[in-house]
Amino acid sequence: MTLTEQIIMIAMVVFATMLTRFVPFLLFPAGKSTPKYIQYLGKVLPAAVFGLLVVYCLKDVSLFSGSHGIPEAISIVVVIGLHLWKKQMLLSIAGGTVCYMLLVQLVF
Amino acid sequence: MARLQQAKWFPALKAAFPHTIPIFAGFWFLGLTYGIYMNVSGFSFLYPMLMSLTVFAGSVEFVAVNMLLGAFNPLQAFAMTLMINARHLFYGISMLDKYKGTGWKKFYLIFGMCDESFSINYTAEIPKNIDRGWFMFFVTLLNHFYWFSGATLGGIFGSLIHFNTEGLDFVMTAMFVVIFMEQWMKDKKHTSALLGIGLSLLSLIAFGADKFIIPAMVAILAVLTLIRRPIEKGGAEE
Repeated sequence: MTLTEQIIMIAMVVFATMLTRFVPFLLFPAGKSTPKYIQYLGKVLPAAVFGLLVVYCLKDVSLFSGSHGIPEAISIVVVIGLHLWKKQMLLSIAGGTVCYMLLVQLVF
Repeated sequence: MARLQQAKWFPALKAAFPHTIPIFAGFWFLGLTYGIYMNVSGFSFLYPMLMSLTVFAGSVEFVAVNMLLGAFNPLQAFAMTLMINARHLFYGISMLDKYKGTGWKKFYLIFGMCDESFSINYTAEIPKNIDRGWFMFFVTLLNHFYWFSGATLGGIFGSLIHFNTEGLDFVMTAMFVVIFMEQWMKDKKHTSALLGIGLSLLSLIAFGADKFIIPAMVAILAVLTLIRRPIEKGGAEE
């Protein structure tokens, strides 16, 4: 690929990314009232999207080979446990991550 | 005037920073990895540097390395990016209200609305005395800076970097688990949260890791639309 071709390719990636981010704001500008259906989606979507993001992070974990997803399962239990106990976001995240690093580096 | 301005943005920066610490860890790890990947694929550090600034969407930047190494096909690059990043549409719909009234910052907030910025800006309990617009602006800006600096350093130092960080990428998973829990504790009903996990898992099993996002989004949208009446009758999910 020439430099110009590379620039065009990257520009396409930038343009498509911006499209996915800006379209809802262009379709439903702040000045006009947003349709009821979209307002409803705005309220219920986030909970589902966070679920989707958790699954997205774990999409490459294989239950049938390697470490069978055991380090991931243990560390997620640690994150949930810490968060129910202390409700300190940073502590829950750091605790779970250190647990996972120890498991994949030393145990599995 | 200057003092008035300062009084607004500085406390917002101080309030925003702690929320971004896990993202600093995650983005430096992933950003360095991305920069190193670009470096060993034969690209100058200018590529990860400029792409992390302009695209600012992690997964698609990794895919873009392969696209740049392949044949010149801008239409495919466009379509691929749309598919990978389609989830941003959901973020936008959810942020229509929250980004309202943030003035000139709104453009940048939308431009930098990656998974992590969206998640923090949607769930964070911003103290009453902190300016919302500035808070969300700094969350976005700090995240952008972490990703940019990680990717650029990775691109410059490339293969020189050796350190045992195996497993550090789990910081992102841990963060989304916590954010999912925070949302869960705020909601009275958990229909939507359970649908998100369940339909995504079903879609992952049916379509595989590389193709599950779009079917999962379609399924979530369809089911949430079908159950709109019962959900709204039973009170909103807030």
